[in-house]
Amino acid sequence: MSAAIDTAPQAAPRSSGRNYARSYWPFVVPAGLVVAAVIVFPWIFTLYMSVHEWKVGADTVFVGFENYLRLLSDDRFGWSVVRTLYFTVLAVVFPVALGIAAAVCFHRNFPGRGLARTIFILPMMATPVAIALVWTMMFHPQLGVLNYLLTSVGLPPSQWSYSPNTVIPTIVLVETWQWTPLVMLIVLGGLASLPTDPYEAARLDGASAWQMFTHITLPLVWPHIMVALVIRTIDALKAFDLIFVISNGGPGTASETMNIFLYLQAFSFYNMGYASAVTVVFFIIILLISLVLFTARRQERWQ
Amino acid sequence: MKWRKLPGKIGFFLSVIALVSPALLVFLWMLSLSLKNEVDNMAYPPVFVPNPPTLANFIDVFEKNDFLNYTWNSIIVSFTATGLALVLGVPAGFGIAKAKAARAAALIMIARVTPGLSYLIPLFLLFQWLGLTGTLTPIIITHLVITVPIVVWVMIGFFEGLPHELEEAALVDGANIWQAFRHIAMPLARPGIVVAMILSFIFSWNNFIFGVVLAGRETRTLPVAVYNVLTFEQVSWGPLAAAALLVTAPVLILTLLMQKEIVAGLTAGGVKGG
Repeated sequence: MSAAIDTAPQAAPRSSGRNYARSYWPFVVPAGLVVAAVIVFPWIFTLYMSVHEWKVGADTVFVGFENYLRLLSDDRFGWSVVRTLYFTVLAVVFPVALGIAAAVCFHRNFPGRGLARTIFILPMMATPVAIALVWTMMFHPQLGVLNYLLTSVGLPPSQWSYSPNTVIPTIVLVETWQWTPLVMLIVLGGLASLPTDPYEAARLDGASAWQMFTHITLPLVWPHIMVALVIRTIDALKAFDLIFVISNGGPGTASETMNIFLYLQAFSFYNMGYASAVTVVFFIIILLISLVLFTARRQERWQ
Repeated sequence: MKWRKLPGKIGFFLSVIALVSPALLVFLWMLSLSLKNEVDNMAYPPVFVPNPPTLANFIDVFEKNDFLNYTWNSIIVSFTATGLALVLGVPAGFGIAKAKAARAAALIMIARVTPGLSYLIPLFLLFQWLGLTGTLTPIIITHLVITVPIVVWVMIGFFEGLPHELEEAALVDGANIWQAFRHIAMPLARPGIVVAMILSFIFSWNNFIFGVVLAGRETRTLPVAVYNVLTFEQVSWGPLAAAALLVTAPVLILTLLMQKEIVAGLTAGGVKGG
C-alpha cells in the first residue's frame, strides 16, 4: 500500500554479514508462538479430525474422506449452503448501498456532524447479543413495536423472525442496521482522500451534482468500495451471533446457515469429526470467495 | 440564490435524520423497555415513554441472577485478553512492519477471515483433555484468537507510518534494536496502542460465541449470561432489556468518549472480531 512512499533508503548494514531484517524476528516470536497455539494448531487439528469418526466419549476411528462424502449427500447441509449464500447476497448489497449513501452524506460538513456520526456508528460497536435481544422483542408479532408501527401507518403486520418465509430478510435487516456504519467509515475514508481539482473542472464545464458523483466520485472511491465489499462478504458468510440469538436457525431449519449447522453438529450432537469436515469445507468456501473478490479488486478498473 | 438552495438543504437534513434515527430509536426503545414495569411492556398499543420510570428491572437483574459475578468474569476476561494481546502484539507489529514480513501479515489476515467457530472444536477438545473447563482460562485463551490479530494488524499500520529517521539515529548512536523500540518507536506509536487497546477490548467484551461453548454456570461472561436470561424467563421483557443495556452500556459509553480513535482504527484496518 505504502510502497510508493517507501523509497527512502533503507539503513545500510553497519557491519558486513549482519542482516538487519533478520534481527527483528525476536519481536515476533512470542506472538508467533501464541498464534501457532491458538490459531494454527486448531487449523491442523481440524484437518486431522475431519478424516476421523470422532464422537465425544467414544473411540476415534480413521474413516478417510467418509465425512466429506457424507456432506455431499447431506440435504440439510446443502440447504444450509444455499441459505448462507442467500443471506450473504442480501447482507452485502444493502449495507454497501446504504453505506455509500451515508458516506456521501457524512462527507459534507454540517452542524452536529460529529455527534450524528458517533450515533450512526453505535450499532456496530454495541454487543451483538444485546441488540439481537432488543430486536427480537421488537419483532414479536402480537406485542412488538414494529407491527404496531406498521399497522398504524396502514401496512399489514409481518411475522418477522417467527415465520420461515420472512426470517432471513428479517435477520438481514438487523445485520444491515448493525454493519452499514462499517461500510460508511471505509468509504468515508476514501472520500476524504479525494482531490478537489476534478470537481472544479467539472463544475466549470457545467456538470450536475449527479454527473459528478457517477463520473468522478464513484470511480475514485471504487477501491474503497471494493474493500468494504470484501469485508462485508466475509463477515456475512461468518454471521453467527445475530442468527443464533434471534432465530437459533429456526423456525424449523429456515435460517440454519452453514455456521449454525456447524455449531449444532459440534456442540449439540457432538459429531466432532463430521463438524470438522464442515469447518474445512466452510473455510474453503470463504477462502475461495475472498480470493475471487481480492483478484477482482486488483483487476477491476471502473471506467 | 439562498431560497433556491433551501429545498436541497431541507432534503439533506431529512436524509441525515433518516440515517441516524434507526440507531437512535433502537437504543431509546431498549432504554424505554428497561425503565417500564411489566404491565406497560406488555401493553398494546405500546407505551413509549416510561411513566413513571422504574429501576425495578435493574434491581431484578442483580437480585435474581449472579450478575455481579458475570460482570466480574467479563472484566477479567476482556482485560486479561487485551493486556496479553498488547504485550505480545505491539512488539510483533513492530517486528513485522520493520522486517516487511508480508507473509506474517497475510497469516494475520487469514486469521481474520476464519470463522471463530472453527477454532472452537479443537480448542474445546484440548481444554477438556487438559481439564481446564469450568475455569476462566480457556475463555481468556480463546479470546486471544480475536485480540492478538486486532492488535498486530493495527500496530503494523501504525509502525509502518512512523518516520524511520529517529530510530536510525538511535541505532547509529549505539542503541540496540530493543532500546530503539522501547524508547523511540513505542512512545511515538502511543496513539496506535490506544486504538488497538480500545478495539481489542470492545471486541473481546462483545464476544459471545466462545463463551457460549466454553463457559460453565460460574464462568459465564456477560453476553452469555444475558442470553441465558432470555431462555429461562422469555416472557419478562423489562429485566431482559435492562440486562442487555447493562452489557452494552460500557461499550457504548467508550464509543461516545473515544469515537475519534475508534474511527481511526476501523478505517485503517477494517478489523472486526469473531
